Amino acid sequence: MRAKIRKIVTFVEETRNEMGKPVNPPTRRAAAAAVVENPFAGNYVEDLTELMEIGEELGAMLIERAVTALGIPGASAESYGKAAAVGENGELEHAAAILHPKLGTPVRKALGKGAALIPSSKKRCGPGVPLDIPLGHKDAAFVRSHFDGMEIRVNDAPRANEILVAIAVTDSGRPLPRVGGLTKDQIKGEDGLR
Amino acid sequence: MPEVQLRKRVIIVEEVFHEGGPIAAVPLRRAAALAIIHNPYSGKYVPEIAGFMEDLNPLGLEMAKALVAALGGDPKIVEGYGKGAIVGQAGELEHGALWHVPGGYAMREILGNAKAIVASTKKVGGPGTRLDVPITHINASYVRSHFDSMEVGIADAPKANEILLALVMTTGPRVHARVGGLKASEIKGQDGLR
Repeated sequence: MRAKIRKIVTFVEETRNEMGKPVNPPTRRAAAAAVVENPFAGNYVEDLTELMEIGEELGAMLIERAVTALGIPGASAESYGKAAAVGENGELEHAAAILHPKLGTPVRKALGKGAALIPSSKKRCGPGVPLDIPLGHKDAAFVRSHFDGMEIRVNDAPRANEILVAIAVTDSGRPLPRVGGLTKDQIKGEDGLR
Repeated sequence: MPEVQLRKRVIIVEEVFHEGGPIAAVPLRRAAALAIIHNPYSGKYVPEIAGFMEDLNPLGLEMAKALVAALGGDPKIVEGYGKGAIVGQAGELEHGALWHVPGGYAMREILGNAKAIVASTKKVGGPGTRLDVPITHINASYVRSHFDSMEVGIADAPKANEILLALVMTTGPRVHARVGGLKASEIKGQDGLR
């Protein structure tokens, strides 16, 4: 493995009740995050291929961890998202190299489909900063009930020479969605949007 | 006595491979189970609250079982534990103290014959408050390699009328433990201390 991993953290949230109203079935989302060494910390490096390859490895590993944590088959996942936080000696472009060129392919392979763009966010920061991972339906980005986000945080990461990389996946949309828009039973699933 | 109203459950698992030193042959794992419940005593001073401890026992057991499951299912691999609570701002610190007995009972019940007192902490706080849950060896509080902690918390809890309850288990010493003191191999195991 190219990625030098210091730590892996998984998170599972299950919401059963909102404002006294039961959420049945409960909505569930999981995130898996890896803390990896940034091979380019402290230097400007033109060719970021190594980080792209690390992104591919992490895509496969983290989606497997997240789906396993939810305890569902990959094909049953409904929404997804990704995010990265670069420690202070790295560049935002390092997060981009991990997240954008190659990470998505193994994620989609694990989920069976995934016609929609994987929503993403990135930042440069110190250890312990919260990361808000955007979430959207995996086959149709306009499904309004699945516009969401999941906050995660690893108190000791990213250190200055590290990158925190996270993938989130759900088996559901928001609890008690009721603001209209495209619903999941209306998905055509051809263009990734509707 | 009031029934336990659960809004949300969260499981967090950390797997630590190294912290700048040699990569551990067996990574350290820390797991936390969080439950966000309604605080039946929020908003006013209620003199008699102790009965709620018994009501919390089933939830404690469920959380302890979920933790062992998150660590692979075998209670024998658990070497450290801790617990804590964050009381929402309409409650009092004493409501967090309701967790001492059921939280400790639940972990001892699931882990068998754990002898050491379960280290704990508590505070009053708003949503997103973090809690550093202290961790010690399950059979001997003085085992220095197992003095540890895990930071937990979630973005949307506790609301004013809620309590966030936490249990934590770990599978071993700090990843590069090397400051001496009582070793796990030297435990006498009679008094829960050494």
